[in-house]
Amino acid sequence: MKLHELKIHEAHELLKKKEISSSELTQSVLGRIREIEEKVGAYITVDEDFSMAQAIAADKVISEGNIKTLTGIPLGIKDLICTKGMKTTCGSKFLDDFVPPYDATVMAKLYSDGAVVSGKLNMDEFAMGSSTENSAMKLTRNPWDLSRIPGGSSGGSAAAVAADMCLGSLGSDTGGSIRQPASHCGVVGIKPTYGSVSRYGLVAYASSLDQIGPITKDVRDSAILMNAICGFDGKDSTSARREFPDFVSAINNAGDNLKGIRIGLPEEYNNAEGLDPDVAESVKKSMKIMESLGAEFVPVSLPNTKYAVAVYYVIAPCEASSNLARYDGVRYGRRAEDTEGGIIGMYKATRLKGLGEEVKRRIIIGTYALSEGYYDAYYGKAAQVRTLIKQDFNKAFEKCDMILSPVAPTPAFKIGEKTGDPLTMYLSDIFTLSTNLAGIPGISVPCGYSKEGLPIGLQLQAGYFCEEKLLKAAYVFEKAAALEKRKPAIK
Amino acid sequence: MKITKEQVVQVAHLARLEVDEADMERIAEQIDKILEYIDTLAKADTEGVEPSFQGIDHDTAFREDVPVGHVGQENATANAPSSEDGYFIVPKVIG
Repeated sequence: MKLHELKIHEAHELLKKKEISSSELTQSVLGRIREIEEKVGAYITVDEDFSMAQAIAADKVISEGNIKTLTGIPLGIKDLICTKGMKTTCGSKFLDDFVPPYDATVMAKLYSDGAVVSGKLNMDEFAMGSSTENSAMKLTRNPWDLSRIPGGSSGGSAAAVAADMCLGSLGSDTGGSIRQPASHCGVVGIKPTYGSVSRYGLVAYASSLDQIGPITKDVRDSAILMNAICGFDGKDSTSARREFPDFVSAINNAGDNLKGIRIGLPEEYNNAEGLDPDVAESVKKSMKIMESLGAEFVPVSLPNTKYAVAVYYVIAPCEASSNLARYDGVRYGRRAEDTEGGIIGMYKATRLKGLGEEVKRRIIIGTYALSEGYYDAYYGKAAQVRTLIKQDFNKAFEKCDMILSPVAPTPAFKIGEKTGDPLTMYLSDIFTLSTNLAGIPGISVPCGYSKEGLPIGLQLQAGYFCEEKLLKAAYVFEKAAALEKRKPAIK
Repeated sequence: MKITKEQVVQVAHLARLEVDEADMERIAEQIDKILEYIDTLAKADTEGVEPSFQGIDHDTAFREDVPVGHVGQENATANAPSSEDGYFIVPKVIG
């Protein structure tokens, strides 16, 4: 087996036994990137010297006997997370030369655990999109079929993990942006409870929905990264003041059955429009496996699900219109040259050149929805329906421990298939958006393949701060399902 | 048509955005379609429902009023397209 094909926990064991060094492991990952980056397009920035210096430092720490679970492990980072001394572009032309003067809290945490950064991963511009086609930097292709999208907005983060171009990665999830690409690329992705992971240094898109989370090759690796990144941070005023469990111990003690677990099946998901038969079939098979493990299925109702897409596409653009006002060409990023019309003319010309179409579309929708005379009908109404969606979940979780659904209605679609029709693209996020509106955690775990050999993911959602429950159930399911060990053949 | 091309131009101006004339028709149509979809919200019964501005309720975050480290003037202006002596330079604002 090649070193870059290792999972985080496997690499850790070999590093601990000193059978491999971080330098060898990192070289292998960098070599893999060199080998296939042109085809996959997962990375925006790779700085081999930066990575190797960290690997060498990790080897020194290991030789002194101070190894932690992530010491010397090369991880890819979504390019929306600030990395001191390494470009952070957010997939935007506007920030193509931006080098943050500080590290995001998650980076400080990964570094203190000795992790190595393999580079910054491609994404939809400012995380706005479901396919990574809105990146101003490059196209990322799904490693399982290069004519298809990897999902989005953390498309680079999922593709890189699936194609062994890093051992694990961080993404961010505002409406499904970790879970959906994880599903499309056949890897595991978690959106933690809002407030579990500090957003300090995560470039803001829709602040009340954004959450950083891991994308990994298996559930155990996700637990490892969750241990590393969860925790209170005084630099984020929405950070949760609580103790977090040891997620790795939790899965170690998960056992091999799901006895006593009640899994809710929302009746509204039964008749979801446009559900691909292969997705429906894989989810059904997974339910049989869970049932055989002792899980009990109970019907639940999420009656306001039908409004989730509309609520999301009011709230997210409203918050974006405010957050993205900072891109004016004064403090950072590109500025248009030789502009007319004073400072307003400079702002406009700068934003015209620097921002892509999807970003502009959402800023315009958000500004419109927040403008006088429309605020109550759009933002006010959406915020009220958001309460109803939260109440739906609270009621459902009185009857069950977690809710099961597909992650996305279809496997990865073809590049260019939906770009002309933003609304159709938005509707493909139906199963993932409500999680963020409610602030609860959700996990995407591989559950099968379509007839064409494309990966399909299963989603489990649970109540606030019940990540431990999700990880345990996903771990038991992953073991029992024992999906055929396929690797994408990158041609 | 819920939103006209002229309204899109006006809202874009408020957001300090410009849209290429060539793209305007298409973008206005897309935004119109999205707004029309969003209008399904009108059907939701929200009589007496309190709005939620975040998923999870947090208490207001307080900390002790003590100075903490800052990024520094040099770092703060390091990424600026135009700066001098620790100041950001912008086109003339007052006539």
